[in-house]
Amino acid sequence: MIHIQTADFNLQDEYTALREQSNGIGAICSFVGLMRDFNDGSRVQGMFLEHYPGMTEKSLQKIVDEAMQRWPLIGYRIIHRVGPLLPNDQIVLVLVASAHRQAAFAACEFMMDFLKTRAPFWKKELSATGEKWVDAKTSDGDAASRW
Amino acid sequence: MINILFFASLREKLNCAEMTLPFTAPCSAQDVLQQLISLHPDWKDALNGPRLLVAVNQEMAQLNAIVQDDDEVAFYPPVTGG
Repeated sequence: MIHIQTADFNLQDEYTALREQSNGIGAICSFVGLMRDFNDGSRVQGMFLEHYPGMTEKSLQKIVDEAMQRWPLIGYRIIHRVGPLLPNDQIVLVLVASAHRQAAFAACEFMMDFLKTRAPFWKKELSATGEKWVDAKTSDGDAASRW
Repeated sequence: MINILFFASLREKLNCAEMTLPFTAPCSAQDVLQQLISLHPDWKDALNGPRLLVAVNQEMAQLNAIVQDDDEVAFYPPVTGG
């Protein structure tokens, strides 16, 4: 399941929904990305997340398909929020289920690394001094290229 | 026609989210860029950035990607989701 939404999400609800998919699940790995109130040395008051409707969903599906080819996964749930966000808000959820933990850990990290470098989302930060588009980090590119 | 989309900081720099260009074969994403710069010389700096990314029909592509009639071509800066 891949959802792009403005609404918040509940980790327990998503975990329960994934867990109920199969009795063969032996491990579920979860990642939640949150909005920080500090970036590049300045205080951030809020954020706006823009995306490319249609392509975003397709690119996430491609990332999932690639992960499914690499690891024996049983299920997954990805939620990414868009629109206005405040510090401490949840931004992204990746849940991965497999029979054993190694695949779940690895696939969860793989999906996040590729989401950060391939999925068309853009963050604009709002601070006391105005608005600023967030620059892509080279460390994110490095993280994705190791796979 | 070619449907062209711009996103995020690029959209703001150009003050344009979406436009169309007439299609003439053969055409690549690079040709689309050149047409845009010919039409809007003031867009040159923004569209010549080394980190400009392109998608053709919602798939990441290189600038030499072939563009066909009715294709959707998007230009955008490096992504920053997650």
